[in-house]
Amino acid sequence: MNKIIENLQLSDETFRMKVHAPLIAEERKAGQFIILQVHEKGERIPLTIVDSDEKEGSITLIFQAIGKTTHLLANLGEGDSIAHLVGPLGNPTHIENFGKVICVGGGIGTAPLYPIAKSLKGAGNKIYSIIGARRKGLVILEKEMKEISEELIITTDDGSCGLKGLVTEPLRELSQKTPKPDLVIAIGPAIMMKACCEVTKEFNIPTLVSLNTIMIDGTGMCGGCRVNVGSEVKFVCVDGPEFDGHKVDFDNMIKRLAAYKKFEDDEHHRCHMKLGIK
Amino acid sequence: MSFHHPERLESEAKILLNTLWEKRNSLSAKDRLAIPVQEMPSQNPEERISNFAEVALGYSETQAKLEALRCLQCKNKPCVIGCPVKIEIPSFIQAIIDGNLQKAADIIKENSLLPAVCGRVCPQEDQCQKPCTAAIALKDPNKAVSIGRLERFVADWGMKNGAKTPSVKKETGIKFAIIGSGPGGIVAAADLRREGHSVTMFEAFHKPGGVMIYGIPEFRLPKVIVEHEISTLIKMGVEVRTDFVVGRTRKLLDLINKDGYKAAFIATGAGLPKFMNIEGESLVGVFSSNEYLTRINLMKAYDREVSDTPLFLSKTIAVFGGGNVAMDTARSARRMGSTVHLFYRRTENEMPARKEEIENAKYEGIIFHTLQNAKRFIGDQYGKLKAIECLKYELGNPDSSGRPRPVEIKGSEFSFDTDAAIVAIGNECNPLISKTTPGLNANKWGNIIIDDSGKTSLDKIYAGGDIVLGSATVILAMGQGRTAAQSINNIL
Repeated sequence: MNKIIENLQLSDETFRMKVHAPLIAEERKAGQFIILQVHEKGERIPLTIVDSDEKEGSITLIFQAIGKTTHLLANLGEGDSIAHLVGPLGNPTHIENFGKVICVGGGIGTAPLYPIAKSLKGAGNKIYSIIGARRKGLVILEKEMKEISEELIITTDDGSCGLKGLVTEPLRELSQKTPKPDLVIAIGPAIMMKACCEVTKEFNIPTLVSLNTIMIDGTGMCGGCRVNVGSEVKFVCVDGPEFDGHKVDFDNMIKRLAAYKKFEDDEHHRCHMKLGIK
Repeated sequence: MSFHHPERLESEAKILLNTLWEKRNSLSAKDRLAIPVQEMPSQNPEERISNFAEVALGYSETQAKLEALRCLQCKNKPCVIGCPVKIEIPSFIQAIIDGNLQKAADIIKENSLLPAVCGRVCPQEDQCQKPCTAAIALKDPNKAVSIGRLERFVADWGMKNGAKTPSVKKETGIKFAIIGSGPGGIVAAADLRREGHSVTMFEAFHKPGGVMIYGIPEFRLPKVIVEHEISTLIKMGVEVRTDFVVGRTRKLLDLINKDGYKAAFIATGAGLPKFMNIEGESLVGVFSSNEYLTRINLMKAYDREVSDTPLFLSKTIAVFGGGNVAMDTARSARRMGSTVHLFYRRTENEMPARKEEIENAKYEGIIFHTLQNAKRFIGDQYGKLKAIECLKYELGNPDSSGRPRPVEIKGSEFSFDTDAAIVAIGNECNPLISKTTPGLNANKWGNIIIDDSGKTSLDKIYAGGDIVLGSATVILAMGQGRTAAQSINNIL
């Protein structure tokens, strides 16, 4: 079950993994995610499905080795298995021809962004993309995003690739151009999505964000993933993962994401020691 | 229950049973009513708050026999009327006295497939034990014959002494799908498999058992019991498919239209935690009981050496609610080393939890705050819970549930310092299947609507358990699983 077909290291922290999961490959649509458990006693973590191949019966995941589970995952290779994999979860992205869409990916967020951008392109949208990363080695899916975009802008914090700075700067520029963008999709760290939403709010451009919160079951049972959206409390796993970015309470979400930070830092340290990852 | 030392109980029971055994078949009602209720032997509270092993240790054979002698063998069997699945209670109790435990086990199994579970978690005081003649004669509901404890005794004996795998009729080649592997699903799966049908049981989690695995803690329902029941199903030939979310991994109607299942039974449970919808409920440190219990029970987060799943550790925890889940949550938190405060809007009399669990909770040091509830959660500068503004209540006139309505006392606000809070005020129906299945009717609370046969608004689709009833009990879910299995078998 859930045999790994390949596990490719994209950068020093990022991996692209193809897993045999024929049922999920058949059902999944852009925007959906899976929950996996590397081993029987492992924690359950959500990861977005980047791509799928129905014929091969495979799905593709991209992840950053930042916690214990993702480190364990990074150390698996072809022929190994993932103990548990369930999905596709969450609601698929609503795809239609909006017109001009700006797609903004921050860090590993470009992984979930890509299938959505690809589907939007397929529906006739003109895609303008911005992908940002801390440094050159962490830029992912550059070639893939370029293929579907009218224009691709890359930003890095240190200027080692593309423009030096944050994604919000080119986003501001693109937002002011005519024709006015019909939609912005921003996916990445919560702080980056928050900053993007602040920019697009100024220009009154509808903005979708895809949230990646703490989850256990992914079917609405635990409520661990809840976020404040406008005046309502929503569950990311069943009501999302996409929401109107202008309504999301990012400050609360950022704090909730750090609820187990101490525990995770300890595990992270232990993982680096054990697995020999820098 | 509280704390009853097993050895002391055994020696006391032995002495009394010796004096009664000779005339066991000629005891008068008065003699029987004079026998004291046999208490449940239990783990010492001081020890048990630092482990997750089962608290109630189960009757010895001596105690079981003595308790069985308390039964008056009423002709009108009020207990059977009180039992949702109509177990022949006086007959199985008589079989205990006759020393024929196999017979006792067989009698229970005719009507209940999960006696080891029901003996532990059924609300007996509101069901079979409520109309018990002994309790009425002694004018004390606590002095009913301990039917639940006797059921557990028999069921545990059955498990230890190689309970038979139920026989399966000749293969019919017809496939049925069971959605959910909790009590309702297990019973429906077993009943349909016994008729020779092929049965696949789908489970969203990585382990089957539903609420008995993720919800009810080890110290109240050891997981080996649930695993035993599941392994019986597998031995019978039921296929169990975990990591499979019907509605997502596969649409419900695709199972029928594409995958060749002749009918499906939805038993996905309530599984949507209720929150209080008050200020600050999304602060770090505020959890649903579902999340907290799932981390502990399913993910084994209490065992740091084994589990990768983190658990929020805190000095103090405030639990809100008065049901079994609230007790389970409070007692689990106690075992994680927290000082636990339980808040309930009404008084202890109105708590829906089993009496035994309320007593257990108290003995384990849970501090009860009745007639009090949260008004808002207060955070610190980091968005973490630091205090709760609470409000005092008094009892008013009865509401639609028949219980006195809790009425706020104006101006009674006070602040309670705590670094974690768990909301355990119940569950609503999980809408995932109804949302992804066009034409499947649910009411405004999300409960799937069924007719007397268990059928939903769609042909070939049946439903039962908490997804129909709202938050109910294991035994009612089992009853509906059985009804639906019969109806499904009849459509052929």
